[in-house]
Amino acid sequence: MKRTETKNVMDRRSFFKISAVAGGGVMFTLPFAEELLAQGRGGAAPPPPNPNNFIKVALDGTVTIVAKNPETGQGVRNMLPMMIADELDVDWKNVKLDQADFDDSKYTAQSSGGSTATPNAWTPMRQAGAAGRAMFVTAAAQKWGVPETELTTGSGKVNHASSKRSVGYGELAAAVAKLPAPDMSRVKLKDASEYKIIGKKHSAYDISKIVTGAPIFGVDVTLPGMLHACFEKCGVFGGKVVSANLDEIKKLPGVKHAFVVERPIVTDAVIPGEPGLENGIAIVAETWWHAQSARQKLKVQWDEGIHASESSVGYQAKAEAMGKAAPQRTLRADGDADGALKSAAKVVEASYSYPFIAHAPLEPQNCTAMFKDGKLEMWGNSQQPGRGRKLVSDTVGVAESDISLHMVRAGGGFGRRLTNDYMVEAAWIAKQIPGVPVKLIWSREDDMRHDYYRPGGWQNLKAGIDASGKIVGWKNHFLSYGDGETFASSSAMGPTEFPQRFVPNYTLQSSVQRLGIRTGALRAPSSNAFAFVIQSFIDELAHAAGKDPAQYRLDLLASGAPVPAPAAPPAGGGRGGFAPPGMNAERMIGAMKLAMEKSEWGKKKYPAGTAQGIAFHFSHMGYFAEVAEVTVVGTKVKLNKVWVAGDIGSQIINPSGAENLVHGGVIDGMSELMMQEITVDKGRVVQGNFNTHGMVRINQAPPVIEVHFVKSTASPTGLGEPSLPPILPAIANAIFTASGKRLRQLPLSKAGMSWA
Amino acid sequence: MAFKLNVNGHSTSVDVPPDMPLLWVLRDVLNLKAAKFGCGIAQCGACTVHVAGQPVRSCSYPVSSVGTKAVTTLEGLSATGNHPLQQAWETVDVPQCGYCQAGQIMSAAALLAKTPKPTDKDIDTAMSGNLCRCGTYLRIREAIHKAADMGPNASAKTVQTASKE
Ligand code: FES
Ligand code: FES
Repeated sequence: MKRTETKNVMDRRSFFKISAVAGGGVMFTLPFAEELLAQGRGGAAPPPPNPNNFIKVALDGTVTIVAKNPETGQGVRNMLPMMIADELDVDWKNVKLDQADFDDSKYTAQSSGGSTATPNAWTPMRQAGAAGRAMFVTAAAQKWGVPETELTTGSGKVNHASSKRSVGYGELAAAVAKLPAPDMSRVKLKDASEYKIIGKKHSAYDISKIVTGAPIFGVDVTLPGMLHACFEKCGVFGGKVVSANLDEIKKLPGVKHAFVVERPIVTDAVIPGEPGLENGIAIVAETWWHAQSARQKLKVQWDEGIHASESSVGYQAKAEAMGKAAPQRTLRADGDADGALKSAAKVVEASYSYPFIAHAPLEPQNCTAMFKDGKLEMWGNSQQPGRGRKLVSDTVGVAESDISLHMVRAGGGFGRRLTNDYMVEAAWIAKQIPGVPVKLIWSREDDMRHDYYRPGGWQNLKAGIDASGKIVGWKNHFLSYGDGETFASSSAMGPTEFPQRFVPNYTLQSSVQRLGIRTGALRAPSSNAFAFVIQSFIDELAHAAGKDPAQYRLDLLASGAPVPAPAAPPAGGGRGGFAPPGMNAERMIGAMKLAMEKSEWGKKKYPAGTAQGIAFHFSHMGYFAEVAEVTVVGTKVKLNKVWVAGDIGSQIINPSGAENLVHGGVIDGMSELMMQEITVDKGRVVQGNFNTHGMVRINQAPPVIEVHFVKSTASPTGLGEPSLPPILPAIANAIFTASGKRLRQLPLSKAGMSWA
Repeated sequence: MAFKLNVNGHSTSVDVPPDMPLLWVLRDVLNLKAAKFGCGIAQCGACTVHVAGQPVRSCSYPVSSVGTKAVTTLEGLSATGNHPLQQAWETVDVPQCGYCQAGQIMSAAALLAKTPKPTDKDIDTAMSGNLCRCGTYLRIREAIHKAADMGPNASAKTVQTASKE
């Protein structure tokens, strides 16, 4: 695609560049959603539009939209272009999507995580489409000499009803390329009732490739002359190679190279977010199997470093000691919780805990790299490729401008691919063998034993209720990991954690211990554990008060102080500057009521051993209330049915993707609840594969998960995460009602429970 | 060691160690990338292919055990990607990340070959070796039923493809 003419029309009223394309099409070059958002907030001066982020309309009316975010299965490849295409008024079947490369220094950040794509993109993507449509209307009006108000659009055409004329966008493209960009203040967005694409079910854009087995994933990357690598690291984080039998290894069949990787690495009391390249041994061979087979013959003497004596038993003992001692810090103190507990009619006390768990996306970590003429070319599926490239640059000493990066589809992310250790390893290996492309694949054991784990933790809770059952005092001693005032990654609890603002006397205190394994964000970070604790404990209070657990929650939500104003966005706007407002109780009440209505809460008569449980949780700006129906026989739990009610704003952009993601949230939550636990012994992670860190299988999945949405007036928000947290306590609360067992420790398998 | 294999109806020779799992022969030697590596220990089913019409976990199936038996991968399930299961998968929009789906479809194809009208229970039994990390199980059930409704010969076609030299 050669641009024949370029006109830069960046001014306050416009936000894209318009250019003609050889052969007669037109191209609109867009800045990124985040940049537009920053402008909208009066942030930094508008950055120049990125020429790799565009909408192109060809002569035949085909629309090509470049998708810029990494796709990990969350459906973002459909959603953002759907917003553009609807406002542009073209048919979805004529839209082609291209995945943007991360291939030069023009890009700043393209990332996927935190359920942020939808809220960031909702307005700017629609505006971009609407502005494009407005320009086709202007071009047609000029061509026919009629007022724009007499023109309508549809299916990529401009129509003039009274003269029965119609012209395709493709034919207008050359004229549009000569027009100035429209005044954005006059570009009208569609009313929701006019949507033809948004709000309709669309299958994943790549679905034909997926069902025919096309090589679209990171592990599928294949290049001429490519070699295959594996990488053996010390089981203890930060361990170093003292000696290894590399001479023997190099002689094994198919093996081409073997290297000791020696790098200084930070092995602190709390391991920083991305500690860099770990020490170890890289084996490069003809096929991955040859490399991995040679690896089985490795004899390595390790210097295991400072973390080799850590264990889960040790963490537990330390937590018990900390729980008995005075808390190290007070994170929040509203009113007088101690006083309220003293005068309460009833005090309920309980200790909850949850383990480390692994992300284990089904596609193991991998990355392909080639070093040639001082430059690195890489193929990867990081959720934060920008950070990955920087880490590669810092570690292997190639300037970022000399690293090109192709973004390949990821077989799941769940937060694991926010960190980029495998990228750095691939780059390091490639640099040792210039001119040869190398694909590094981790084994499942590598993935499970070198993760950034969802941190475990303990919460010692105490609450007082008055004679009417109302919560008058709440105390939580939160036991986590960290060092002094620093929490380990994803190990913190915020001072506004529910039910802060809904209980007059609220104290949140914390104590931390150090740890030598890496922690990080797993789908719905912190919420995935906190919802279980808080919503189970609230259930305990409801039962102690002799109240219906659903009505008890509604009353609690209704008692809250108003939402405080959201924190101001960081100066200059910018990325990662999303400042989510606090929970709006009204919206959560709406979700609760819908879940109760759909599940016929309290209206069904169940036999002994079968019951419903309910829970809600606010995370990533999504409001979710969920009801689970279980049957408990002995230690076997059957999940019969789930009702999910969510409020993620005024519009569900792709209902097919949305329902699928909610199913995933529920099933993922079932795995976390019942069966997942990472333990540490002698500084090493014990579990290595799905036989010891399993997940729910199809025979355990419920027959029905009903998914309902409250359409509120709020702007749409993301769905990658918020449906997951409430399912854990909803099921646990149902198990309590069905069996009388109040289970406070995750996973429930520790109490002998399992899915039927 | 040289092995003569029959993969997706084509005869082909490979020179690989006898204990090399079929998965890596397919992926790294024959450049057939549909079958995926997920666990390497027959726990996840991402690597499922058919050997003589039977679903096998190719990560744990040494190439030396294949012999003259026909191997079918997702690439060879249908000539144009229109096997009833592939069509149903598209209509139901089963995948999220999509990584497990090649294995899911191959297990489902083997199920339909034996049981053209499976019940939910049949599906759960036949498909319980295939993990989906994204949790698409409800749609997998739905799509298998849909494919079963589409044609009683869905399964027969599969077997033909598998045994064609
Ligand atoms: S890779 Fe073969 S079963 Fe998992
Ligand atoms: S769709 Fe992602 S693992 Fe199944």
